[in-house]
Amino acid sequence: MNAPVSVRQSRSQPDGATGVPAILLIPAAIAVAFLVLPLAALLVRAPWSTLGSLLSTPEVRDALRLSVVSASLATLISLVVGVPLAWVLARSQIRGRGVLRALVTVPLVLPPVVGGVALLLALGRRGVLGEPLYSATGVSFPFTTTAVVLAQTFVAMPFLIISVEGSLRAADRRYEDAAATLGAGRAMTFRRVTLPLIAPGVAAGAVLCWARALGEFGATITFAGNFPGTTRTMTLQVYLALETDPDAAIALSLVLLAVSILTLGLLRDRWLMRT
Amino acid sequence: MSLSAHVVIQRGSLGVDVALEVKPGEVLALLGPNGAGKSTVLRVLAGLARPHAGLVRLDGQSLDDPAAGIRLAPHRRPIGMVFQDHLLFPHLSTVDNIAFGLRARGSSRAAAHTVAARWVARMHLSEHSSAKPRSLSGGQAQRVALARALAGDPRLLLLDEPLSALDARTKLDVRADLRHHLGDFAGATVLVTHDPVDAMALADQLVVVERGRVVQVGTPVEVSRRPRTDYVARLVGLSLLSGTAHGRAVLLDNGASVQVAEASNGPVFVAIRPASVGLYRSRPDGSPRNVWPATVAGVTPYGETLRVDLEGEVPLTADVSPEAAAELDLVLGAGVWASVKASEVAAYPA
Repeated sequence: MNAPVSVRQSRSQPDGATGVPAILLIPAAIAVAFLVLPLAALLVRAPWSTLGSLLSTPEVRDALRLSVVSASLATLISLVVGVPLAWVLARSQIRGRGVLRALVTVPLVLPPVVGGVALLLALGRRGVLGEPLYSATGVSFPFTTTAVVLAQTFVAMPFLIISVEGSLRAADRRYEDAAATLGAGRAMTFRRVTLPLIAPGVAAGAVLCWARALGEFGATITFAGNFPGTTRTMTLQVYLALETDPDAAIALSLVLLAVSILTLGLLRDRWLMRT
Repeated sequence: MSLSAHVVIQRGSLGVDVALEVKPGEVLALLGPNGAGKSTVLRVLAGLARPHAGLVRLDGQSLDDPAAGIRLAPHRRPIGMVFQDHLLFPHLSTVDNIAFGLRARGSSRAAAHTVAARWVARMHLSEHSSAKPRSLSGGQAQRVALARALAGDPRLLLLDEPLSALDARTKLDVRADLRHHLGDFAGATVLVTHDPVDAMALADQLVVVERGRVVQVGTPVEVSRRPRTDYVARLVGLSLLSGTAHGRAVLLDNGASVQVAEASNGPVFVAIRPASVGLYRSRPDGSPRNVWPATVAGVTPYGETLRVDLEGEVPLTADVSPEAAAELDLVLGAGVWASVKASEVAAYPA
């Protein structure tokens, strides 16, 4: 009796979700619970009735505005210098490309607080570049909104570079050949052919970059400090509010959660639908 | 506007060494099997691949001269190119695709648009002027690609398998259309194809390339009448044999003998049309001088007839009607007698 049953089971396994063996199903369920329950808790405990007033206090609005503006600037900077770098990594024949790629993607895995320390040592008032800059021009970055943007750019730009480089590698280079036979030099080919072809990848990279910049905490608090109105972004505000006004912290967290879900929605086609 | 090229380039394990001359207004077809190096030659002419040696000159101007260190970048060459799957820019409309080259070569937006609009009308694409490439049919896309290549007024037109992306029905129309436009083009044209029908229909001159080397050059009529390699013979549907002529008898390399129409002496090729081969169940009597026993090695439909591959002392291909095939019981391995009239056998110097 046993043999036919086991045969039937092994046949049905590749067909559907019912074929997941228990040894995988249980840990998988634990993983789902672990990842989803905290977010559910956030929704359960959210002060829905006072949400409006919590989010309209001057501090919260300042933090919100600062976060959106700085993350957008960081994304803009990343686009202006990151897309060309992605092109160099994907297309140029320069030596040491692999090392270069490894170097510029270090911030992806570096603890952000270490990034903040590194930025201080480079661009702080006593920093390697910061000191001569300060003595020559009187300009100093730390504890300014500029520092917020720099910290976010440092942490978020690699996301854009990786995304755009991937798109460039996947793009059909024969379109660039076609442009060349039509008299287009490399600059024009890049602007009028390559860039439009990889536009979806650039957009995805920019969204990812913006979301990462918006969520930046460690590098920001280390390099830019925590000054209301100038460097206190949403994430810093959440952290502070948790001690003084937990409901405000939850309300702000909800906003950031909503932004994250929106980001995933925008990236859906590229990241989630991969089967 | 004449092209004179000798292209030497290594492509993986394939060494390509091809020379060609094209006069103004002339269409030269590079014909050969896939992987023969035809497209590589075209890419060198376009400047997209760098030759190791040789010389590419257009109207006396060197485009490539590796020995002298000369290499003109592709975007500085006065060329137009039509790619295998057209490669229309997917984000640009028909008219913007056509205007692209004009803009790239310095025309103002308005001037480029005027010229492009003229090409749109000339190619009967007016209804699709603002359409994106993905909404065009294969034939329309092919016309856009041709217009895009010609709009810049090139002196050299390069066509890489321009009809291979089309279905059989569309191909007929587009081929006729292409022939018409090539007739109007004053510059030199180099066409790469593996389809002998395209080559015969479009080209003034054929250069047959196999394994990176030129194996035959001539007009379509010359090449189809007197193929010099088995590949060309099969392309044009002839059985090709080689041997040594002694008057009107040719002693084939494998020892068999063939009676031919005209007397000659020395090494020759012998070409036999499949339609001129008769098949019999028993040895025929009477006039045919060339009669050989053979075995059926393959039967495939070929238009209205069946094409029969024969093995034996003289390997041949014969075309027979389906009725005759049934009567002869032409199954694989069946023994038959093949005969050809001497007057139907062409021999020409090897």
